[in-house]
Amino acid sequence: MRNPQLSANGELTHLLSIEGLPREVLTQILDTASSFLKVSHRDVKKVPLLRGKSVFNVFFENSTRTRTTFEIAAKRLSADVINLDVTRSSTAKGETLLDTVDNLVAMHADMFVVRHASSGAPHLIADHLRRLGRDDVHVVNAGDGRHAHPTQGLLDMYTIRHYKHEFSNLVVAIVGDILHSRVARSDIHALTTLGAAEVRAVGPQTLLPTAIGKMGVRVCHDLASGIRDCDVVIMLRLQNERMNGALLPSAREYFRCYGLTPAVLALARPNAIVMHPGPMNRGVEIDSDVADGPQAVILPQVTFGIAVRMAVMGILAGN
Amino acid sequence: MNTHKTPLPVDLPDADALCVELAELIRPCLQPETVLVGIHSGGVWVAQRLHALLALPSELGLIDVSFYRDDYGARGLHAKVRPSSIPFDVEGRRLILVDDVLYTGRTTRAAINELFDYGRPERIQLAVLADRGNRQLPICADFCPWRIDLAPSFELVLSAADSGRLQWSVDEHA
Repeated sequence: MRNPQLSANGELTHLLSIEGLPREVLTQILDTASSFLKVSHRDVKKVPLLRGKSVFNVFFENSTRTRTTFEIAAKRLSADVINLDVTRSSTAKGETLLDTVDNLVAMHADMFVVRHASSGAPHLIADHLRRLGRDDVHVVNAGDGRHAHPTQGLLDMYTIRHYKHEFSNLVVAIVGDILHSRVARSDIHALTTLGAAEVRAVGPQTLLPTAIGKMGVRVCHDLASGIRDCDVVIMLRLQNERMNGALLPSAREYFRCYGLTPAVLALARPNAIVMHPGPMNRGVEIDSDVADGPQAVILPQVTFGIAVRMAVMGILAGN
Repeated sequence: MNTHKTPLPVDLPDADALCVELAELIRPCLQPETVLVGIHSGGVWVAQRLHALLALPSELGLIDVSFYRDDYGARGLHAKVRPSSIPFDVEGRRLILVDDVLYTGRTTRAAINELFDYGRPERIQLAVLADRGNRQLPICADFCPWRIDLAPSFELVLSAADSGRLQWSVDEHA
């Protein structure tokens, strides 16, 4: 079966998930992003690539950072950007997802940036557009349920490549609530496709998916052994709502066992970098001394995220 | 697209010798603040030659016009976009834009547009190794050592060997 993100001649038409994308496509996005990063350093931070195109940010779930960086990226490509808070309007009035899409297509949308609490929603939209014969309208998944957050995965890869240059010798630890994390899934797919030497999934048993080993990662329930000698540490946000269930005893207990402190980070390679997709919970998954320390590259991640999203939109809109 | 090499009615000149000729055309017009900007990829090779031949003190600018092309809607983004690098202040500068081949003029148009996003130069001149005719825009070269009329079915290509030697070839599109 053909990858639903690729056209018949292998061009990327939608970005729904990193899973199944060839290494060349990921590398092309990262290479293009480095050209866009230079644009962001100029006085005039715009290029005319998407002039006259309309990008609709359709967020069925709250997000400030992701929506804002997509908006900045689209504006730097000279697109017209329309932000829709659909949870408060059409959906609240009972409109179905695909009816919302049909209405926006009737408004001459060229691209949808979609966030949805349900896994597979962006795929459903892409499939619907294909059935309508609208291959000229593109979909970017900005996070769907627990499934995927491909642009976050790509900006994480951009960050790693920026600091570590290549993937083949790298040991990468992903730490925290992997069970509920679409970022972790996208990172794991990207790292294995790009050939990282070892990917570790580190966290308590209650926060690791049971079949995680099948994704080609090494499972560690102990933070110290998970961090030891690694080159990259990706910390995940512990969502407060998880505290209420039976998954965790308390935030303080979690920090004691899985919080990244300077003492734990000292077990990693001396030049290891620390990443976090944000928003951070200081004192829950990460100590402030680490978050603000010399090994943290959390704010550069945000800057790179704009260039990566420009690259994704620039490539999609041209295909 | 099928392409095959075909002999031309004229001999192709030595590209390295053309670089020397081009440098001599530029030399009398150089000002102390003149900087060169090469267009990826052939124009960068030529600009590097000129930079050395003219012993210019300023750094070379490199430009990739992919984000400014007018055929993006039809052809999409080039798979190998390289970062533009303009390591000097464009505002008020005299720039010489360098490309290998001047054809439709569209690449030059895109490069000028991009340069203006870095600042307002005092002057932009155009230096090319070859002008093959068939212009589609009102653009002409200020410095050009070789003019040849080539039908649109031919493509004039400059390539760089591992030794660094530049060489012309012609592809014919079937």
